[in-house]
Amino acid sequence: MSYKTIIEDNIDILVVGAGLGGTGSAYEARYWGRNKKIVIAEKANIDRSGAVAQGLYAINCYMGTRWGENKPEDHVRYARMDLMGMVREDLAFDMARHVDSAVHKFEEWGLPLMKDPKRADLPKGDIGKGAYMREGRWQIMIHGESYKPIVAEAAKVNADKTFNRIMVTHLLMDDAKENRVAGAVGFNVRTGNYHVFKSKTVIVGAGGASNIFKPRSVGEGAGRVWYAPWSSGSAYALLIEAGAKMTQMENRIVLARFKDGYGPVGAYFLHLKTYTQNAYGDEYESKWFPALEKMVGKAYLDTENQHFSHKPIPTCLRNHAFISEVNAGRGPIHMVTMEAFQDPHLEEVGWENFLGMTVGQAVLWAATDIDPKYVNPELTTSEPYVMGSHATGCGAWCSGPEDVSGNIDEYFWGYNRMMTVDGLFGAGDAVGGTPHAFSSGSFTEGRLSAKAACKYIDDGKADGINVSQEQIDTRKAEVYKPLETYTVGRNEIVGGTVSPSYILPMPGLQRLQKLMDEYAGGVTVSYMTNDKLLNIGIHKLKILEEDLDKVAAEDIHQLLRAWELKHRHRTSECVVQHTLFRKETRWPGYYYRGDAMKLDDDNWHVLTTSHRNRDTGEYTMEKQPLYHLVDEKDK
Amino acid sequence: MPTFVYMTRCDGCGHCVDICPSDIMHIDKKYRRAINIEPNMCWECYSCVKACPHQAIDVRGYADFAPLGHSVRVIRDEEKGTIAWKIKFRDGREKNFLSPITTKPWGSEIPDFRNEAQPSDEMRNSELLAFEPESIRLDDGGLHTLKSNGLKLKEGVYY
Repeated sequence: MSYKTIIEDNIDILVVGAGLGGTGSAYEARYWGRNKKIVIAEKANIDRSGAVAQGLYAINCYMGTRWGENKPEDHVRYARMDLMGMVREDLAFDMARHVDSAVHKFEEWGLPLMKDPKRADLPKGDIGKGAYMREGRWQIMIHGESYKPIVAEAAKVNADKTFNRIMVTHLLMDDAKENRVAGAVGFNVRTGNYHVFKSKTVIVGAGGASNIFKPRSVGEGAGRVWYAPWSSGSAYALLIEAGAKMTQMENRIVLARFKDGYGPVGAYFLHLKTYTQNAYGDEYESKWFPALEKMVGKAYLDTENQHFSHKPIPTCLRNHAFISEVNAGRGPIHMVTMEAFQDPHLEEVGWENFLGMTVGQAVLWAATDIDPKYVNPELTTSEPYVMGSHATGCGAWCSGPEDVSGNIDEYFWGYNRMMTVDGLFGAGDAVGGTPHAFSSGSFTEGRLSAKAACKYIDDGKADGINVSQEQIDTRKAEVYKPLETYTVGRNEIVGGTVSPSYILPMPGLQRLQKLMDEYAGGVTVSYMTNDKLLNIGIHKLKILEEDLDKVAAEDIHQLLRAWELKHRHRTSECVVQHTLFRKETRWPGYYYRGDAMKLDDDNWHVLTTSHRNRDTGEYTMEKQPLYHLVDEKDK
Repeated sequence: MPTFVYMTRCDGCGHCVDICPSDIMHIDKKYRRAINIEPNMCWECYSCVKACPHQAIDVRGYADFAPLGHSVRVIRDEEKGTIAWKIKFRDGREKNFLSPITTKPWGSEIPDFRNEAQPSDEMRNSELLAFEPESIRLDDGGLHTLKSNGLKLKEGVYY
């Protein structure tokens, strides 16, 4: 093999994955660590990488504390309600109290935030007059086509080096001290070179997982997944394999979106005031709620009062009504746009909303002659996704900040956003139990991690790190194995993609998607699973893992796909373990446990954690206590 | 195939290869021009379309649900700070949109912290991030804490 080994040594802070979370880390790390060596390893090109590569038309997490709009605890209560109680409220509070300062910086750097003409008189400050245009209580509207390149600039200026096109395959562990991180390895997806990053701390800002459940699309359209196709679950696989404790991995999310294009509905519901109806023009949600109330309990859905009050209904429960109505034969569900789109301003907002963040939906409507001014477009519920920055909270079990979490042993072990592996921090999808962070909240988590990582180093916690040559060499052989497997196996057959000795990345991915769909509650089974199915799923994942030892790559691009597949597989395994452990149906509309069809607060008002033994691959599952933010006066 | 490249417009400069988040825009060895090698891993994110200096890349919607005969074209202009879209429907109707992409000259407002004064030890040991607390509320108020907001964390079942 002619690939070079390129070693980057003496790094203080290594940022793995520079989406919104990782860029926040690189920026903030320089503020607190003026003389520290800060290095970014990014799978794509930092200017257009991560979930925000395409742009965004809204920032979904902004408190507006400067105008007294919300307090951080209001957002925590909102997230708690939306996630059926399952939130790390210390982390959520911490994110919410800082997030506005990130958004103000974005505006300073040139991100165009829309202003509300009705609130033009609102205060001054140095970043422009007038209050931001609200889409909803937490969302503000932006012209965000260049959100990512603008924010990337802040990371590039402040990092010592930015390595683009590095697929990080593994974290390095310290050979001197048990359970301490020591860097990462991977390969350049263009040159093929092997990259070794020796670092005192690692902040993982990699992405969650699209494409682990079989998508609704059958061909090219598989690329039009809701979460980016390049989100390969590295946020989870890297951590699980390093032995970090994970949390809430069962909490996959299903999105109700415009059909096929998966164009977002937030601006439509909140700003354009469009609404849904079934194929026959009827409102359908409320009729499913009385039975659903029995399933989840009155505290989570109060049919009589909640539906008519302004308290939002949890997203999963609205999904449940959608799915039930379609299964009852009254689909498709339509978004009623024809009323709102008669207003030219709202029509423009509706289109620009897609052009700014989901161009594919505009392409689809153009192709099918759908002008929402004259036609009410169809909606659908997506295949499930596993992630931790949008409206769900999969990720690693992290320490909270001392002033909030300091008195709770389970929530605090010294450094904010540090995982259960020393020196390993996270941001965005990697941090568990912190839903509703979105872009601005992920950036904020990256900042919090970076400050804590600097402190960890200054406290001497990273002294004496040692990475043996053996570890580097072993990983290297592992990284390139799919190329060797191909070279050897290819000689056995005349040609084509079918071999008895190896499996290529795409068929491997399809096998993963099919089994996750059928056994872990995907779209073809209407999100239903049970203990028996999940146990079969675990067995099949084990066999798939054996076969992935024989995954083959024809070239460096396929080597990238091979490693993405391995990361997706590890993520899936953890998802199935968690789904099996939580014996209840906590989020109807995201998935159902047929053997436990009720929400069960007596036994499951807890967060779930898992730990995978690095040597044996065995999982240990645990329940962790839920602490809620309550009034000081509350007994 | 989501994105595709017009033979006569592409000169093989590789801007699309540099920017593609999915690593699917490659240079074809025979024709020395760009090609989308993996359409089912294309998000139609338009990063390559926007980066192409010759308008050589276009998008044809995903074949499993999008009929032929449409186009969504874009020109992103960093100098002017705008993005212009032209949508053509299958039936020939057209829509045009223009939006700002930035309010400042590129990169001009990003601070390089190496040139700025060190934060104090007091700041280091606090819960504050860079430029806080001023940057949160733009007033003299401090960071929200459990104490300042009259809160505590309590184990149990709360809704």
